[in-house]
Amino acid sequence: MEPILQAKNLTHTYSAGTPFEHTALDCVDFAAYPGEYLGIIGHTGSGKSTLIQHLNGLLKPTSGQVLFQDTDIWSDPKITRRTRFQVGLVFQYPEYQLFEETVYKDIAFGPRNMGLDEKEIDRRVRSAAYFVGLRDDHLEKSPFELSGGQKRRVAIAGVIAMEPKVLILDEPTAGLDPEGVESILGNIRDYHKANNATIILVSHSMEDMARTVDRLVVIDDGHIPFQGAPREVFQHGAELEKMGLGVPQLTRVFHRLRALGVDIDPSVYTVEQAKAAILEKLGKAVK
Amino acid sequence: MALKDITLGQYFPGSSPVHKLDPRTKLLAVILYIVALFLCKWFVSYAIMFVVLAASVAISRVPIKSLVSGMKPVVFILVFTGILNLFYTPGEHVLAQFWIFTITLEGVFQAIFMVVRILMLIAGTFLLTYTTSPIMLTDGLESLLNPLKVLKVPVHELAMMMSIALRFIPTLIEETDKIMSAQRARGADFESGNLFQRAKALLPLLVPLFISAFRRADELATAMECRCYHGGQGRTRLKQLKYRGRDYVTLVLFIAITVGVGVLGYFGL
Repeated sequence: MEPILQAKNLTHTYSAGTPFEHTALDCVDFAAYPGEYLGIIGHTGSGKSTLIQHLNGLLKPTSGQVLFQDTDIWSDPKITRRTRFQVGLVFQYPEYQLFEETVYKDIAFGPRNMGLDEKEIDRRVRSAAYFVGLRDDHLEKSPFELSGGQKRRVAIAGVIAMEPKVLILDEPTAGLDPEGVESILGNIRDYHKANNATIILVSHSMEDMARTVDRLVVIDDGHIPFQGAPREVFQHGAELEKMGLGVPQLTRVFHRLRALGVDIDPSVYTVEQAKAAILEKLGKAVK
Repeated sequence: MALKDITLGQYFPGSSPVHKLDPRTKLLAVILYIVALFLCKWFVSYAIMFVVLAASVAISRVPIKSLVSGMKPVVFILVFTGILNLFYTPGEHVLAQFWIFTITLEGVFQAIFMVVRILMLIAGTFLLTYTTSPIMLTDGLESLLNPLKVLKVPVHELAMMMSIALRFIPTLIEETDKIMSAQRARGADFESGNLFQRAKALLPLLVPLFISAFRRADELATAMECRCYHGGQGRTRLKQLKYRGRDYVTLVLFIAITVGVGVLGYFGL
């Protein structure tokens, strides 16, 4: 399959030519495919935020290329701007970007910048609000009256309303309670299914990632050491540990079992898989 | 465009002898240096001051390139001052005359001295900010202004305000950068349009920025109160400022230079 979004040989250096010079990305190759639910994982300062800001043209590569549907997004300023609408980016703590008088107007900011007509804007605002679970009576409130979790939903809706083909979310669940985490991840999954959009989820929580994504890209110190299905990636438990990432608790237990001499597949990461693996080991069929 | 690249306070971390000097010494030395610059009358004294500056820069190991690039914004003022002095200095030795302009030998010298003086003034103060972190600077300032407490000047509070303001400049820049990126991701356009459109385009940036600034101020105040901050009374410091041998040497040196240049100036050199 052809990738929808691709970075080729991407390098980015901050503050080039000053004592604060820092290469955040070093010759990175990256691809996301249509309809894929992709996870990018890396600890603070690994370069993951720099990478995603390249994907929708907010940062210009120091060298290398970013291609959206096979077109270099920097080949023309018009294309750069259009890419920002088609590759939606939700920043970390997006609730701090709200500014309008009402929730409705804030969600409509993106679609309005796209130059859509009022009817289409209205449809998109309402459908985006629906995806993130905002009720109609929320729409006329000031965003500053809402709770933290609701503000985050408004901000995510603001990006979803542009109906991007690729939706990138940087730590969308940071600072939320477990219930909020579940519900936001659920909303994102709904959007993924309904629009067959490509989702790129950025996080440092292996647990969240393991449960949601089809494919994982690990980023460390400006490089991508591993990528693949979560199962494959978690086989590099020791290396991940060294990068300060760690694997899900379940996987760790299984790695340990193996180290103790139990012949068991250590690449499990969900309770179901663990149950199946243990039952198999004990010689019982899964019921 | 990354806002991060804007240098503010432009401190260049380093470990040269100049970096290690007590901030009070550096502040006093710069004041003495400025006074000496204004006492300069002729090439001899300017040459001495230039040697002082060059030696300080060399010892500080601040790259000359960054000192020069800091001068760019003042080029206009320099040219303007130079031209004004060139044309409007009365004198006996007329070199050229046309229409209402007269160029005198005194004017030429005056223009050169003026430009050199401003350049050296800026270079000297830059050297101070390049080699002293903003926090050290405010600490030094507070300590130097301490005697004013007798006159009921709230020295500590002023210094605290200054260091908090300085502390939050990078934070606010980072925040601005972040909000700008977030709004650009939603198609905001900060770079095109006429003045009115651009001002309007800043709204999605300014509203969240103000809100977050107030939130931060609030949080900081609470955090400070939680740690029983109640002003400067009886407050001690983690990093005590302490004069060392090199500080005394520097001060004596700069006093000597200033007096020396003053004497030279008295004799018109």
